[in-house]
Amino acid sequence: MDQAKIEELKAIAHRVRCDIIWALAHAGSGHPGGSLSATDFGVALYFHALRHDPKNPCWEGRDRVIFSKGHVSPLVFSLLAESGYIERQELKTFRKLGSRLQGHPNMECPGIEVGTGSLGQGLSVAVGMALGLRMNRSDSRVYCIMGDGENQEGATWEAIMSAGHYKLDNLCVVLDNNGLQIDGWVEDVMGLAPLADKWRAFRWHIIEIDGHDMAQCVQAFEDAKKVKGQPTVIIAKTIKGKGVSFMENEAEWHGKAPKRDEAIRALQELACPLEYFDF
Amino acid sequence: MAEVKARATRDAYGEALVELGAKDERIVVLGADLTDSTRTKWFADKYPDRFFDFGIAEQNMLNAAAGLSLVGKIPFVSTYGVFVAGRAWDQIRTTTCYSNLNVKIGGAHGGISVGPDGATHQALEDVATMRVLPNMVVIVPADFYECKKAVMWSVEHYGPVYLRFGREPVPIVTKPEDPFVFGKANLINDGSDVTIINNGPVLKQCMEAVEMLAQKGISARLLNMHTVKPIDRAAIRQAAMETGAIVTVEEHQVMGGFGSAVAEAVVQEHPVPMRFIGIQDRFGESGTPEELFEEFGLTAKHIVKAVEEVLAQKKGRG
Ligand SMILES: Cc1ncc(C[n+]2csc(CCOP(=O)(O)OP(=O)(O)O)c2C)c(N)n1
Repeated sequence: MDQAKIEELKAIAHRVRCDIIWALAHAGSGHPGGSLSATDFGVALYFHALRHDPKNPCWEGRDRVIFSKGHVSPLVFSLLAESGYIERQELKTFRKLGSRLQGHPNMECPGIEVGTGSLGQGLSVAVGMALGLRMNRSDSRVYCIMGDGENQEGATWEAIMSAGHYKLDNLCVVLDNNGLQIDGWVEDVMGLAPLADKWRAFRWHIIEIDGHDMAQCVQAFEDAKKVKGQPTVIIAKTIKGKGVSFMENEAEWHGKAPKRDEAIRALQELACPLEYFDF
Repeated sequence: MAEVKARATRDAYGEALVELGAKDERIVVLGADLTDSTRTKWFADKYPDRFFDFGIAEQNMLNAAAGLSLVGKIPFVSTYGVFVAGRAWDQIRTTTCYSNLNVKIGGAHGGISVGPDGATHQALEDVATMRVLPNMVVIVPADFYECKKAVMWSVEHYGPVYLRFGREPVPIVTKPEDPFVFGKANLINDGSDVTIINNGPVLKQCMEAVEMLAQKGISARLLNMHTVKPIDRAAIRQAAMETGAIVTVEEHQVMGGFGSAVAEAVVQEHPVPMRFIGIQDRFGESGTPEELFEEFGLTAKHIVKAVEEVLAQKKGRG
């Protein structure tokens, strides 16, 4: 992977972070923490690994993405805007009455494969898609983005079990392992360690990376494509709120939008272009 | 009118649990990673040994509550209404209700007034799914005081109870000394032309509608019915016989919910024309609570319109 491409992806990730803060500030509510932690691998997915056509969101040959942790809608919509599924200005309508950009993503927005927001449902849908695509002899892949806290849902383990059983090598989960959920540290609320061993026991291929190292993110998606006879989980070690100093590793920034002055501070930290300050 | 104070019913739940915790060692509280927004944090801070966070695992939490009840505890299970009354429905049905276990369920963030989170977080079907379960009691308090009394009462009652709360502060319209009689409606305003029956924190809109109707010369009775199950058949029969028309108001799907419960009683006791204010077979959306009340037809103006329709039908039947 050449360095120029990595630098380009990093620049996109930077713009996406700006968009996330901008959209949240306009909405006055929403979830920054898990959006910012998932930004770097999200960008690697959309701008490197994914086969898709933003001008033709329903193209049959596309890879599918399911954001099982639907509360990271600010990230999802920012990625869709940056990719060209929607206009960037539309981010201003996020969470407003009548908007296609609902608090949690639904199918009214182009590029969204299924509505999510109730945790623990996305991976099962991804399993069904992967099974169906294999039956159709399609070489499309299915990607599912999950939170670590979300692993506490029982139905998630049913999905993990079935994907291992059916050897779904067209399925790739990215687990946003930021260590935090709403009530605090995952290990304090309901411990999941050793996380990788659990998935491995269910017959998954494990890739562990630093989820903020763009080169590692890109490489992980490449490696996952080569795995045969097993689904892959990329366990991405991340920092909740990554990129905004006062949000990093702070549970309270899970589901709270920055107020105007906080948003300005965040945008300044991110050295955002002036157009981001127009609210 | 004196200055109306407003507080969310979820706050009353949090306060009541703290008071109950001091009085009764058997009280335990269970949560699923929403300790702050269900206000159970207040209990957790005070009685950390009697609070259990089950993580994002609602089905497990519900059956663990059943287990706790089987060894003499009184568990209050608390999370959003959508996640408890939806995802854990089978656990509630077959473990708690079938065995008639002493489990109390707090469903927070009921209705569209949850606002910008949108459809996935707005419980609009929980009253329906809980009400069909044998042994289950369903209560939707209208304001802070009523909610506190309902929570306190739920400990006196042996068996499963579903209590539904709202996220937003709502005006306090009842008084601390008003009676909370399980299964009995409170008369808020007497009237003779029509009866409006309210369920839950939309009471203020109903009171406004009564005033608007009075200005049009229409005398509306207003009943506040906190208990959905068992429903107050006597008050419904009396309303049907004395006013001849009924409008129900709820922040929930009209299908299968409170209005349906009232209608079931009306057709058996004394059939009269009815209208239903509530969500009309749609999912919620993102928006501010006020915008959503307008969009989904839950304002006083909408109640007045429903009353006028039902009165026209009543006259037509002459
Ligand atoms: C079934 C269900 N239960 C509870 C919630 C409320 N909720 C939203 S986000 C969240 C925490 C998610 O934690 P995690 O999966 O670790 O995500 P991240 O930290 O990456 O945001 C919870 C409990 C929900 N959306 N769905």
